Amino acid sequence: MRVLNCADWGVLVEVGGLDEALALQAALEERRPDGVTDIVPAARTVLLRVEPGRTDPAAVARAVRGLRPRPGRRADAGELEVPVHYDGADLADIAAHLGMSQREVVAAHTAATWTVAFCGFAPGFGYMVSDDPRFHLPRRSEARTRVPTGAVALAGEFTGVYPRSSPGGWQLLGRTDLVVWDTDRDPPALLRPGVRVRFREAP
Amino acid sequence: MSTLAAPAGPTTLQEEKAPMAAVEVLRTGMGTTVQDAGRYGHAHLGIGRSGAADAASYALANRLVANPVGAAALEVVLGGLRLRARGAVTVAVTGAPCPVAIDGRGAATDTVLHLPDGAELDLGTPATGLRSYVAVRGGIDVAPVLGSRSTDTLAGLGPPAPRPGTVLPVGPAPRAFPAADWAAHPPVGAAEMDLRVVLGPRADWFTDDAVAVLLGSAYEVTPRSDRVGARLAGPALARREHGELPSEGMVPGSLQIPPEGEPVLFLTDHPVTGGYPVIAVVVAADVARAAQARPGTRLRFHL
Repeated sequence: MRVLNCADWGVLVEVGGLDEALALQAALEERRPDGVTDIVPAARTVLLRVEPGRTDPAAVARAVRGLRPRPGRRADAGELEVPVHYDGADLADIAAHLGMSQREVVAAHTAATWTVAFCGFAPGFGYMVSDDPRFHLPRRSEARTRVPTGAVALAGEFTGVYPRSSPGGWQLLGRTDLVVWDTDRDPPALLRPGVRVRFREAP
Repeated sequence: MSTLAAPAGPTTLQEEKAPMAAVEVLRTGMGTTVQDAGRYGHAHLGIGRSGAADAASYALANRLVANPVGAAALEVVLGGLRLRARGAVTVAVTGAPCPVAIDGRGAATDTVLHLPDGAELDLGTPATGLRSYVAVRGGIDVAPVLGSRSTDTLAGLGPPAPRPGTVLPVGPAPRAFPAADWAAHPPVGAAEMDLRVVLGPRADWFTDDAVAVLLGSAYEVTPRSDRVGARLAGPALARREHGELPSEGMVPGSLQIPPEGEPVLFLTDHPVTGGYPVIAVVVAADVARAAQARPGTRLRFHL
């Protein structure tokens, strides 16, 4: 674990990889250092923000060094079932790339347990990782200028659900009618770090 | 003087404004947004802080009209705003020092101004600096989004940018009264600015030479700058590491260095995560000053 400087704004904690980052998140959830206003998990890091002038980042760094993240540990932010119409424009390409039939892709995607590792790209866009190592896909060579709201898509080891219509380079697997992002709701995002997700085929 | 009957209960103070006071936007200039102290605690969902870019000038404007900390105000880029008071309102203009007029008569910045019902407030182009703040006693009372009235221009969150014809409601006057009618502060904006930085978090992705160049050169703010960041022109900074950095959390003040192209000094609407290495971070107090750097301003970074 390395604790990196961000001036008086906070500290960036770097670990070896996603599993360690998830374990660190879980440890931070159990013992959140005093004065931390925002936690931004990412693939290999967790950013801890403080109020400049009010909390000394050095104190936060000390608290973080005192944490003992347990390997394999995951933050638990509840469970969510996401109904999906598996009719994405890239389903055939995804199947070909994974060496499965389209039905096998759907079966594998619905059988896996997915966990939101972190958010990024857009507000409410959760990067979900699974317990099925077969899911590993490149991005599309050319990004689409418009991916519709609710698109369920794959890239790298991740599944994501587009919270709003936006440009995007992920492979489109299907779509959900579930509103994953709503600013009138508290919290506004359903796909929050630590949420466990099961996809099921929508009728 | 109230223009509308108060609801049940006597109005005890003349200062208590009618509950429906408002300001009508007649002209917005280059860019006017509603801003407050920002949106806290949602960063893990990919939602940034946003808020007033020059936090110090914004706080001063609220203090002058005795608003509580965090009341929403208007952030005005390079002047050009014109407002009409609906009901009597009390305002203060701070930040980039722009010519101020009330119904055509000159008025001062950094002081308490009273606008009678129907009066028009005009902001000219500031001589220095970039962003002026107009606080209205009672605060701009548009509907908050996720706990904040700030417009996040990158994420498209918060109240829509005011346009000519927009009527912005003003909240009830606070109990406190303005204590000072004028406030001293350091000058806003300058042709050259010295900004304090701390190296990191990814200074080790750059050569020792690059760090020396960063600390020994001037970087000019380009016109491609906005609330997301000030894009800078200046000497290139050579990298030691050429791999790809997985996206990681960003803070305001981050000096993010893309492999080719302009370094960016992140301001208040910066992306929550970014994939280019940050060589150094400007300390919070100086990020507020940097938000006043108009295109052409030369920035120097010091440890």
